[in-house]
Amino acid sequence: MTAAADPVLVATSRVRRKLSWQTIADHAILIAGSLLMILPVFAAFMTIGASDVDISRHGMQFTDGSHLAENFSKALFIQGGFTGAITGSTMLLNSFILGIGFAIGKIVFGMMAAYAIVYFRLRFATFAFWVIFTTLLLPLEVRILPTYEVVHGMGLINTYTGLIVPLVASATATFFFRQFFLSIPEELVEAARIDGAGPVKFFIDILVPLSRTMIAAIFIIMFVYGWNQYLWPTLITTDEAMFTLVRGIKQIYQSIDGGSDIPEFGRALALAFIAILPPVLVVVIFQSWFVKGLVESDK
Amino acid sequence: MVHVALKSISKVYPNGVRAVHPTSFDIDEGEFIVLVGPSGCGKSTLLRMIAGLEEITEGELSIAGRVVNDIDPAQRDIAMVFQNYALYPHMTVYNNMAYGLRNRGMAKAAIDDAVTTAATMLNLTEFLSRRPSQLSGGQRQRVAMGRAIVRNPALFLFDEPLSNLDAKLRGQMRIEIKALQRRLGVTSVYVTHDQVEAMTMADRIIVLNGGRIEQIGTPAEVYHQPASTFVASFMGAPPMNLLPAHYNGNGRVHLSETVHIEAPVTADYSGQIKLGVRPENVGIVDPAHPDALRFDLEFVEELGAGRLLHGKLGDSGLIVHIPHTDPIPGGDVYVGLPKSALVMFNHETGMRL
Ligand SMILES: Nc1ncnc2c1ncn2[C@@H]1O[C@H](COP(=O)(O)OP(=O)(O)OP(=O)(O)O)[C@@H](O)[C@H]1O
Ligand SMILES: [Mg+2]
Repeated sequence: MTAAADPVLVATSRVRRKLSWQTIADHAILIAGSLLMILPVFAAFMTIGASDVDISRHGMQFTDGSHLAENFSKALFIQGGFTGAITGSTMLLNSFILGIGFAIGKIVFGMMAAYAIVYFRLRFATFAFWVIFTTLLLPLEVRILPTYEVVHGMGLINTYTGLIVPLVASATATFFFRQFFLSIPEELVEAARIDGAGPVKFFIDILVPLSRTMIAAIFIIMFVYGWNQYLWPTLITTDEAMFTLVRGIKQIYQSIDGGSDIPEFGRALALAFIAILPPVLVVVIFQSWFVKGLVESDK
Repeated sequence: MVHVALKSISKVYPNGVRAVHPTSFDIDEGEFIVLVGPSGCGKSTLLRMIAGLEEITEGELSIAGRVVNDIDPAQRDIAMVFQNYALYPHMTVYNNMAYGLRNRGMAKAAIDDAVTTAATMLNLTEFLSRRPSQLSGGQRQRVAMGRAIVRNPALFLFDEPLSNLDAKLRGQMRIEIKALQRRLGVTSVYVTHDQVEAMTMADRIIVLNGGRIEQIGTPAEVYHQPASTFVASFMGAPPMNLLPAHYNGNGRVHLSETVHIEAPVTADYSGQIKLGVRPENVGIVDPAHPDALRFDLEFVEELGAGRLLHGKLGDSGLIVHIPHTDPIPGGDVYVGLPKSALVMFNHETGMRL
């Protein structure tokens, strides 16, 4: 049988070939994109394994793995900085406190504000919402000097409170939760009223569990956002014991720069690598929860 | 015994819409009341005022002898079944039913008892650990019923509970709900815009139109003795025939200059009327019959159990329902309007004479 004798076969194989070309193109783009993202991290990781002398002489290293463990443990456990009062693990802890505190603060305040706006007959609820909403136009970077002044005046420099609270004060979470609450059917609220659930019970028993997906999504975004904060922590923490990772890497590198030794490139790179991990883990873990919630959700 | 009493209850929404005009009626213990009417006539508003979900603008509502105007829905001793079921999506069937009881501080064993009993009654036992999303529409509907039953309320309220189900299931659930209500003997108010549901389920039907009561009566009364042309054309499919006619108090109804028949009632009125007759009460008669009226048959609608003959009586349209055992009449067709089945309505006000 020739191909010409069987037009159906020709047609299907052509469709199949066209499809596979498209698939290859798609994958090529995705692979290129992934490489673009991963290669710098990979290069950094490989370089951690080399000695500082080699790094400062030859730049990036890919073959020497002998100093890997040493550099990681130096990064985490050896004290550094100007005062020598900070280790990588303390900075890691500070970063976690900032990231988690910030994300939880956002979620708790955002949910409660949205709850009040959506479910209570407040006279100026809409007005209040728009006032809260305008804070989106005033991110911390814009109001950084007055905010610093306030935090300083309250004696909150070098405290976790001073680090977290000013960042929490913005409307993003309130906005998302408001939109979500508005999509919850009115009948559900009424059923709960008949079932004798007061405002607090309704919030805890019905609204919070229904918002799981939303909470997971906002947690991901906010944790990463908080973790990656640079400007505000730089301004508000002068005590090295309060440094977060993102802010502290530079500090460790700098302090050595001032000395006569070779800069501890390996240590700084190890620290940078460690700084990447938690946001990645949070995204991976919460993503699956988030997707599961999306698939299962029904209102 | 009067169980629920509405005294001049009215509702004006904050935006000024008067959804319910002052309305009064009593509901007896164990009675099944159906509120029926077209969309937007205020059925839900009235029901939600009884439930306490909507504030009563004016009037007084009492349930089981207690004025409940200012009492919270949870304290009114009512249970409500919603159109979209309103089940808690994150809770299992068991917890959906148990939630209200827990909030009342009922003991765990008693809750378990109540839920198990209700689940058995509704054939839900095997689904108790499922989430609502893992149930079919009919099963969800039953869970919503279960949630109402476990509360053992003084009053059941239903707001179009079957309108999300397909026709077959609706028919089945209709019977189940009615049987359940009979068995439990709980006073019920049921809102629907489906007149078949109203006819089949109600002990008494309340027909609402534009926020006002048009008629209160048993299904038979509402069907055969409609209080107004609105009720006549709302209840029944096809609706009651309404023929324009003239009545001048001399005992005859004039369908035209030459055609007149005996009036069903003597009314102190003369002028334009509408003469009402149900399609199944119109009979095909012999031309020789003294009250035979010439009917111009236009087309026949086959229903299986019967046939609808569409045509004209003089200038006005008439629908005749004949059993499927009767032959489709051919040639000149004559119909008779039996006196006992006729109702007369005031042409202007639409009220029955
Ligand atoms: N919250 C509200 N604010 C203002 N007007 C309302 C409100 N709810 C209902 N209405 C109005 O009140 C009237 C009656 O509404 P209701 O919901 O009681 O109608 P219904 O008979 O239940 O209709 P349907 O069969 O469509 O459910 C309508 O004209 C409606 O527009
Ligand atoms: Mg309604």
